[in-house]
Amino acid sequence: MAEVSQGGGGGSKDGKVRAKKASTKIDMTPMVDLAFLLLTFFMLTTTFNKPQTMEITMPEKPRGEEKLPEVNEKKVITLILGDDDKVYWYHGITDPKIELTDFSKNGVRKLLMQKNSEIPGMIILIKPSKESRYKNVVDILDEMNITNMQRYAMVKITPTDEELVKESNL
Amino acid sequence: MGKVKVHRTTPSLDMTPMVDLGFLLVTFFMLTATAAPDEPLTVDMPSSVSEIKLPETDILTISISKDGKVFFNMDGKYNRQTLLQRMGEHYGIPFSDAELARFSVMSTFGVPVQNLKELLAMNSEQRKNLEQPGIPVDSLNNQLKDWIIYSRMSNPKLRIAIKGDQDSNYPVVEKVMNTLIDNNVNRFNLITNLERGS
Repeated sequence: MAEVSQGGGGGSKDGKVRAKKASTKIDMTPMVDLAFLLLTFFMLTTTFNKPQTMEITMPEKPRGEEKLPEVNEKKVITLILGDDDKVYWYHGITDPKIELTDFSKNGVRKLLMQKNSEIPGMIILIKPSKESRYKNVVDILDEMNITNMQRYAMVKITPTDEELVKESNL
Repeated sequence: MGKVKVHRTTPSLDMTPMVDLGFLLVTFFMLTATAAPDEPLTVDMPSSVSEIKLPETDILTISISKDGKVFFNMDGKYNRQTLLQRMGEHYGIPFSDAELARFSVMSTFGVPVQNLKELLAMNSEQRKNLEQPGIPVDSLNNQLKDWIIYSRMSNPKLRIAIKGDQDSNYPVVEKVMNTLIDNNVNRFNLITNLERGS
């Protein structure tokens, strides 16, 4: 395909004998075939997308007598991650009114935005329950990133919270 | 009177530039390609909007499978050798040089250190078929803790990443995170996929 080598074309008319010149052209077709085969192979096997990562910094463990900081309960929003992608939330600590939301755009994101404008210096406590999945945890941390929340913490769920969720029947 | 001959052009074209480019690309892809290692588990990662890329070197990956098994992987051939040597000393299991060498080229694994010798003796085909039980992370027998301590000793620059399956239960993830925090690793990475348009 690449090079059709031409025949000598016979002797010329004037009868002079000329040295036959060998063509310096090589048929490159097989090499090109191979090169493109390899090219295709490597292009298809290369994965360009490196995995994304989310950096998370956990607080240090309190040592000995060190006291955990105390906060005004009016500023605290507690989010409990339940089973089936449910999110329970309540405001404050004494006599909480538990409500249900979800991970959709109009769910927890809207709630966070709204509460953030209502409560100055809001603190969010994230409590993943035993039934929650890893995905829920990543999703909620992601929501914190999206809504640009400054103060949030992952906290172990307490038996009181579990009771609340059970009683609420949501 | 000579007849006017039609000059026939040969149907050839100069392919040299194309070939040059072809080989350039081949070389590029060959050099950038990294063979995907055999992983004993498939992890379906959750997605997030985070766009930070994971660094390629000095990474310790803790994978958590769907059914809550914990797997361990670290990069760096020489670091892996020192890691296994120290682990062996700690648990009183002497590993031979050949075993150290095999461990250094192995990828993710999830067996208790007591069964590691058997795993190392297997060939890759057997290894693939083996159902690995995961690394113990219970409070009584927390081998993950020792793996973390000794890998950080062998490579102080190490960054720790958790690669969890999106359907794995939170208590397992919590155990792993607590193990990290107990060892003063307060910053770590959660590996995620990029969120596709919602």
